[in-house]
Amino acid sequence: MIKVENLGKSFYIHHLKRSIPAVRGIGFEVRAGEFLGIVGKSGSGKSTVLKSIYRTYLPEAGQILYDSAAFGTLDLVRADMRKMIYLRKNEIGYVSQFLNILPRRSALELVEKALWEMNAEGEEANRIAKETLRHFGLPEALWDNYPLNFSGGEKVRLNIARAVVKRPRLLLLDEPTASLDDASKYKVREAIEKLKQNGTTMIGIFHDLVFMEGLCDRIYDMERAEESVPPDAQPFAHARSS
Amino acid sequence: MTQWEKPVLTLKNFNKTFGNGCSFCKDKPENLKGGCCPKCRTIYACRDVSLCVYCGEVVGIVGESGSGKSTLMQALYFDSEPTDGEYYLDAYKNGERNIFADSRRQQKWVRNMLLGMVYQNPVMGLKMHFSAQSNIAEKMIAAGNRDVHSMVARGNDLLERVSIPPARRKDNPCNFSGGMQQRVQIAKALANEPPVLLLDEITTGLDLSVQADVLELIQKIQRANRNSILLVSHDLSVIRMLADRTVVMRNGQIIEEGLTDQILEDPQHPYTQQLVYSLL
Ligand SMILES: Nc1ncnc2c1ncn2[C@@H]1O[C@H](COP(=O)(O)OP(=O)(O)OP(=O)(O)O)[C@@H](O)[C@H]1O
Ligand SMILES: Nc1ncnc2c1ncn2[C@@H]1O[C@H](COP(=O)(O)OP(=O)(O)OP(=O)(O)O)[C@@H](O)[C@H]1O
Ligand SMILES: [Mg+2]
Ligand SMILES: [Mg+2]
Ligand SMILES: [Zn+2]
Repeated sequence: MIKVENLGKSFYIHHLKRSIPAVRGIGFEVRAGEFLGIVGKSGSGKSTVLKSIYRTYLPEAGQILYDSAAFGTLDLVRADMRKMIYLRKNEIGYVSQFLNILPRRSALELVEKALWEMNAEGEEANRIAKETLRHFGLPEALWDNYPLNFSGGEKVRLNIARAVVKRPRLLLLDEPTASLDDASKYKVREAIEKLKQNGTTMIGIFHDLVFMEGLCDRIYDMERAEESVPPDAQPFAHARSS
Repeated sequence: MTQWEKPVLTLKNFNKTFGNGCSFCKDKPENLKGGCCPKCRTIYACRDVSLCVYCGEVVGIVGESGSGKSTLMQALYFDSEPTDGEYYLDAYKNGERNIFADSRRQQKWVRNMLLGMVYQNPVMGLKMHFSAQSNIAEKMIAAGNRDVHSMVARGNDLLERVSIPPARRKDNPCNFSGGMQQRVQIAKALANEPPVLLLDEITTGLDLSVQADVLELIQKIQRANRNSILLVSHDLSVIRMLADRTVVMRNGQIIEEGLTDQILEDPQHPYTQQLVYSLL
C-alpha cells in the first residue's frame, strides 16, 4: 500500500541561516490492512514522517510510493497538488493530537463536512455522521455542541470519527491518545481495533508501548533506522521478508 | 499522465504596470526596488502571475500590503485592463478563448454572468445611496433580467441568506455597519449564481464575531453551490480555515504556492517564513 524509501527532511530557517535536521534515511513498507507502529524518542522525527506522507511537510530526499485507488502508484513527495487534495479527501486520513477545527461548528456538522468532501449529501450524510458518532461513543447530548468545550477524550474520538467516516484506505495516527486518561485511551483503542478489523491500513505513533501491544503488526524504530542498521536487523524486517 | 481535471479559471503570465517604464526598468526586474522602478517610478503591480482554480476549490492569496493582490482581483473582474496576460474561464467558450483579448462587451457579459466580486472596500462594490435591494437588482439587470417581481423575490431571498433583516432591506448601505455592508456585497455577488467568486479581504476591519459570521456564511455558500473561490486575505487564520491551496505574493510576484497547511507549517521562501512566524 505504501513504501517509504530513504526519506530525508530538514527545515531551513532563513533568518537563522540554519538547518534543523528532522529525519534522514527513513524506509519502511506497509501492506494493505497492516498496522505499522512508529516509535522513537521525542524529536526523533516521528511526526515529520507522517506529515511528509500527508504533504504537510515537503521532504527533500527519498520517495513515498503510494498505491492509490484513483491514480495507481504515485510518489507522494512529487505528486501534483490537486491529486494530493483528492487523496486527502478520499483516500488518506490524518488524525493529530490536536483538533484543528472551526470555532463554530458542532460535532455533527464537522463529521458531515467530512462526508460532503466525498460528495455524500443531505440526509445521507446526516445519517452516516450520526452513526459514526454513536459508533465512537460520543454521547448524543454532545452532537450539537461546539467541540471547543469537549473533554480531551471526546475531542480525540471526534477527531478520529471525522477521519474514519470517509473510510480512508490509509489512516495516519499521530499520538491520538497522548493526553488521555486510561478509560478514554481504551475507547480509542477499541475504535482502532474496529478499523483494523475492517481492513484499514494504518501507520500510528504512540508513546505508550503497552497501548500498542497486540495492535501493531510491526514496529519501526526511528533511532535504529537513523543509525543505518542493516535492514535485516530492523525489528520489522522479519515481517517484510515473510 | 494526462490532465485528470480541468481548471475553472486559468490565468497565464498576467502583468499589470502603472506607468510606462523606462530603459532602466523594462525587462530588467533586477533593477526594481520593491516592485517599483527607482528612476521612472513605474509600479510593476503584478508580474508574470499565473494561477489556476479548480471546481469547488478555494485558493487563498496572501502577501504584504502593496504586493498586488487587489490589482490581480480587479483585473480578473475587468475593473482594470491588464498590461499583458491570458485569462480563461471554463464556463466561457469552453475555456478556449483568452478573455483579456475579447471585446469589452464580452468581458462585461463574463463579469455579470460568471463572476461575483466582493471588494476590500465596500464603497467600490456597492452604490451606497441606493437601497440594499436595488444594489442586488442592479447586478440582475446587468445580466438582462427585466422582471421586477422576480428580482424583488430573488433579492429578498439573497438578503435573507446573508441575514439582512426585512426591515433593513430598503435602507441604503451607507447606513449599515461594516459587517452588514460586506454581507450585502456577498448577496450581490451571488445574484446571478456565478461559478467563480472573487473575495478581497472580506473580513478586514470587522470585529471578531462579525468576521466569524461572514466566514461561516462563505462556507455555507461554497458548500451549497460548490463555487470556486479566489480569496485574498492577510489573515492567516482565515486562509487556514477556508483555503485548500495558498499562493504567496510579494512585490507583484507569486513567490510560493502549496497546500495551505504546507505553506503554514513548512514555508520555504524566506518571506513566507517571515510572514508565518511573525503572525502565528
Ligand atoms: N515545522 C517545523 N519547523 C521546524 N522544525 C521542525 C518542524 N517540525 C519538526 N521540526 C523539527 O524536526 C525534528 C523532529 O520533530 P518531530 O516533530 O518529527 O519529532 P517527534 O518524533 O514527533 O517528537 P515528539 O515525540 O516530541 O512529538 C525536531 O527537531 C523538530 O524541532
Ligand atoms: N490605480 C493605481 N495607480 C497607481 N498605482 C496603483 C494603482 N492601484 C494600485 N497601485 C499600486 O500597485 C501596487 C499593488 O497594489 P494592490 O492594491 O494590488 O496591493 P494589495 O496587495 O492589494 O495591498 P493591500 O494588502 O494593502 O490591499 C501598490 O504599489 C499600489 O500602490
Ligand atoms: Mg510528534
Ligand atoms: Mg488589496
Ligand atoms: Zn523605469
